[in-house]
Amino acid sequence: MSEPVISLRGVTAELGSRPVLRGIDLTVHRGEVVALLGANGSGKSTAIRSVIGQVPVSGGEIEIFGTPRRRFRDWKRVGYVPQRTTAAGGVPATVTEIVASGRLSRARFGVLRKADHEAVRHALELVGMADRAKDSVNALSGGQHQRVLIARALASEPELLIMDEPMAGVDLASQEVLAQTLREQVAAGTTVLLVLHELGPLEPLIDRAVVLRDGCVLHDGPPPRAVGQHALPGHDHVHPHAAHDAEPIRTGLLS
Amino acid sequence: MDILNYDFMQRALLAAVLVGITAPAVGIYLVQRRQALMGDGIGHVAMTGVGLGFLLSTNPVWMATAVSVLGAVIMELIRWYGKTRGDIALAMLFYGGMAGGVMFINLAPGGSNANLTSYLFGSLSTVSESDVTAICVLAAFVVLVTLGLRRQLFAVSQDEEFARVTGLPVRALNLLTAVTAAVTVTVAMRVVGLLLVSALMVVPVAAAQQLSRSFAATFAIAVAIGVSVTIGGTVTSYYQDVPPGATIVLLTIGAFIVLTALATPLARRRARALAAAQGAGDPAECAIPATRGPERKVGV
Repeated sequence: MSEPVISLRGVTAELGSRPVLRGIDLTVHRGEVVALLGANGSGKSTAIRSVIGQVPVSGGEIEIFGTPRRRFRDWKRVGYVPQRTTAAGGVPATVTEIVASGRLSRARFGVLRKADHEAVRHALELVGMADRAKDSVNALSGGQHQRVLIARALASEPELLIMDEPMAGVDLASQEVLAQTLREQVAAGTTVLLVLHELGPLEPLIDRAVVLRDGCVLHDGPPPRAVGQHALPGHDHVHPHAAHDAEPIRTGLLS
Repeated sequence: MDILNYDFMQRALLAAVLVGITAPAVGIYLVQRRQALMGDGIGHVAMTGVGLGFLLSTNPVWMATAVSVLGAVIMELIRWYGKTRGDIALAMLFYGGMAGGVMFINLAPGGSNANLTSYLFGSLSTVSESDVTAICVLAAFVVLVTLGLRRQLFAVSQDEEFARVTGLPVRALNLLTAVTAAVTVTVAMRVVGLLLVSALMVVPVAAAQQLSRSFAATFAIAVAIGVSVTIGGTVTSYYQDVPPGATIVLLTIGAFIVLTALATPLARRRARALAAAQGAGDPAECAIPATRGPERKVGV
């Protein structure tokens, strides 16, 4: 394994007074695709948001590309897809305008040059949205919103992609496009850390799965295989019951 | 055009045009952040500045600028750290600002609430030479920020969390937006008044949205509407004996209603054209309602 791209050691974090992360260890190496899995409230989104500095940590160490996160400034190497159901804001904006803001990390003083506009157009092609470039994002479907958010992250041509539930609320057609986009990125050597609710169409891409429960790492290794009715296509993995201690990895894992 | 023969009307028109440009230019970022009422809050706080200006016998425009900038910075700090009790803190800031203004102006020698009225509802014809200088300097600052940093402000106002990962100084840009909004409030104070200033920041943007698909077009149309209604209102108030501030705001709302009526068939035509273009495209997808917003705190 080569140098770690992301490294968390003993990271703890609280939301209010409630501990959400209780000492997470997580290392992502160059070129790896790592999925963070776990039930709602297990801390997977908080873990990702602590990496980008959106959630303050109360203990432990976080390094990005070998630099402590507090001193990390080289954000153009990182593409981020936050958990959203829409790319729209309070004012209409075109697909291009949204995606162009992802290029700001490479633009000096916010001035976009010809190469920057080219990169924005290329990012839109990667997610199959080039034909909608001049449309308002308000006219898009849920899956297309997600494609725009991913294009925005790709606009800076990042070496590391961090994605928080990129498949949430995405129709099957868009899921396929996103899986294909990601496959191309991974083939080109991009490192990926993503939060997933279920492995879904991304399953063949995942090198390693890290499962969280109650703010602790429960499993770190090859992605678990869905069994029984979980393996059936279309099963949405909504579990009314909590994961049981006796067999944690096989049952409540993907819920 | 005998209207331009009078010095006071020249000053009034210049001030009105500058307000017509700056108010929507800042307002669009506030609307984008879903903080449409922030201008209203700053207007309340600025009253303390006006009162202090009277009490200390300095130009109320500069004093109001200083106090409303301070108030805007405090509002932004409350937004960062306040979280749960943020709205209560903001309410105290607003009403404290208003009460402070009334108190200070009554403490000033010869001062009464009558002096305050021209700042609450605007008083275009009494805009002085020094007011015009102040308004020009402040308006230049606002235009410089809102146009010069448009990409950065767009990114931060659209998605703060994402903007942080592009390495933008998110907190500094938020503070700058707040300060610029505060400066705009004081620019507009003499024209439409502190209580009506927020209308000129928000309504032209809302009207422009009815026609536009892009941020750039919304910006341009909102400024065009802003300039049209401020000139229209000023000229109307010259020929008809009506208060300019109220005339301007009512014209803006009129523009919103007319554009909304025009936009409905336009939107229908666009949707039909889009459906035709996509006909064979991806049938699996259907549009989600645009009202589904990201989870955000509703703040002012």
